[in-house]
Amino acid sequence: MLDTLPFWLELTICFFIVLGACFALIGSIGLLRLPDFMTRLHAPTKNTTMGVGGVILGSLIYFGATTGFNIHELLIAIFLFLTAPISAHLLAKAGMHRQLKLTENTRDLRKKPEQFSDEQS
Amino acid sequence: MLTTVLQFAFFMFSVALLLNLLRFFRGPDLLDRILALDTIYINSLALLILLGMWHHTSFYFEAALLIAMLGFIGTVAAAKFLLRGDIIE
Repeated sequence: MLDTLPFWLELTICFFIVLGACFALIGSIGLLRLPDFMTRLHAPTKNTTMGVGGVILGSLIYFGATTGFNIHELLIAIFLFLTAPISAHLLAKAGMHRQLKLTENTRDLRKKPEQFSDEQS
Repeated sequence: MLTTVLQFAFFMFSVALLLNLLRFFRGPDLLDRILALDTIYINSLALLILLGMWHHTSFYFEAALLIAMLGFIGTVAAAKFLLRGDIIE
């Protein structure tokens, strides 16, 4: 069932899926390793959108070639592209409200920027 | 080729979910945990879409759409609660 497509179509699907998987992994590495909350907010909210977008594009081509066009995947992609910036904006506003510790390189809107990371170790 | 690529993508998304779980347990602030949960639901949604391609069925897409909507509502409610101390004013 999985290996009956023409070669160029299979290559396109594989390209989009690998692209999406790499983007998602890079975003999660950024979420784990970046020093403070605002940079950590920056990494996954963009990269997971791109990752899910790549996976959904590959799935759209695959199901469009085998069983027929399906609107649900496109609906998921549009919904995620609309809602990911809103949730990121609300999280950033809550972070500014709670006055989290920021590193020196993150631009700080308060008077005196703190000079350390918020990790314990 | 598609089978190999799907296995590769399963591996990548599983590693991404493990890293998110690590941040969820390590996060110094409550907002880091909320952000980790937000990333976890998006990654698991992509994993569900890949599972639909693996089993060659389109029934997983409704579940993925439900996860997307409820995850977004949960993230907005938690961030709004931390921002204002109340969800619906």
